[in-house]
Amino acid sequence: MNLQISQHQINETHELHLSGEVDAYTAPKLKEVMLPLTEKEGSVVVVDLSGIDYMDSTGLGVFVGALKSSKANNSSLKLRGMTDRVKRIFEITGLTEVMDIESGVKGEAL
Amino acid sequence: MTAKDALTERYQDLLSVYLKAKTETTLYKGQQFSRKLLEQQISPEDLVSLHIQVMDELFPDMTEEMRDSFDFLLEAMIGYGFAYREHQSLRDKQQQLESEIEVAASMQQTLLLSDVPEFEELDIGVVSVPAKKMNGDYYNFVKSGSSLSVAVADIIGKGIPAALCMSMIKYAMDSLPEEQMKPHLLLENLNRVVEQNVNSNMFITMFHGVYEPESHKFFYAGAGHEPGFIYEAKEDRFHDLIAKGLVLGVSRTTTYHPYERIIEVGDMVILLSDGVTECRTSKGFIEREEIVSLIRNYMDLPAQQIVQNVFQELDRLQGFELRDDFTLIILKRMV
Repeated sequence: MNLQISQHQINETHELHLSGEVDAYTAPKLKEVMLPLTEKEGSVVVVDLSGIDYMDSTGLGVFVGALKSSKANNSSLKLRGMTDRVKRIFEITGLTEVMDIESGVKGEAL
Repeated sequence: MTAKDALTERYQDLLSVYLKAKTETTLYKGQQFSRKLLEQQISPEDLVSLHIQVMDELFPDMTEEMRDSFDFLLEAMIGYGFAYREHQSLRDKQQQLESEIEVAASMQQTLLLSDVPEFEELDIGVVSVPAKKMNGDYYNFVKSGSSLSVAVADIIGKGIPAALCMSMIKYAMDSLPEEQMKPHLLLENLNRVVEQNVNSNMFITMFHGVYEPESHKFFYAGAGHEPGFIYEAKEDRFHDLIAKGLVLGVSRTTTYHPYERIIEVGDMVILLSDGVTECRTSKGFIEREEIVSLIRNYMDLPAQQIVQNVFQELDRLQGFELRDDFTLIILKRMV
């Protein structure tokens, strides 16, 4: 079980591409990368989740933390490319209502 | 003879036998001897000094350079000695922590133990099993007037932080006035408490319901909790028990939608934590339909036996290794 994070930056936009699993073991790694980006005023953090096939509630917690941080610091957080399994837990927890999630979900990984 | 003298003598025997015959067996005995040294808490530099002492006795006319080189080795070993003692003290500390966690876990169980109330109209079954020592799932039954209130919650994260957070929930719930026992209002209140008090990446999912025996109505509301099921006896069908709402602790102003439905004789309300639906077997995740069919297999039994049987089957499918805390509750209307 592992998580790969690749990062690109164009001006104020930081794009993170994740692949693997976000669970109790890999969540701290994601937090370490994502949280500081949301703390910069005016930055736009775009997280592509199309390579994530499993996320547990600890992983979800990292996104909740990042959402709160982006509100507190006037940055923005966008998620995109969720697989059905990941989308389901964002829906159940009601987070789809409060997060900026790009629609047009890609199917399961190619 | 002291323990140390005995060790010296044993080391001298082994070493002289080895120097004479140089056999593999003696080398192996040397390896085993190191375990004995660890048991007796002999540090690395003590062993070097033991070696010097024995060499002095075996070879009284050892050259001075040889003798001095051992003294040098002794100094060079000091760092290992420190590391060894640090390891010892960490081990002691770890043992102490483990026993403290043990105490905290049993304290949590006593604090959070919710008796399953006797209820004439309902047959109630509960199973709640932690994956580790402390349970991050929480359930609670309260009889208030003639009604029964039932709550299931899952605190994100596992272990001690989750358990502490849960104690907070319990006391917040206990201190709410009775008129706020309407599920959606209760969730709104708890949400404010949680939002103020938890770490930014923690949150809680919760389902709360109240059964009113006079009207046979079940009032409920959900805060991002894994949906349970409703079994409708009349149609012999299971449905998802959907109660939409945002998890507790994300936004202070969240409001929750009130839901209600009539529970008929033979109907079942099935509540669970995501430890039930996130079961991972060698073939992948358990589907919700599989849980339904497990419940169906046992649904003629009393509620407590249903939940126990379902737990046992799912536990077996996971190779008896729970990855997440597991809570399953069944309420079955009898009359």
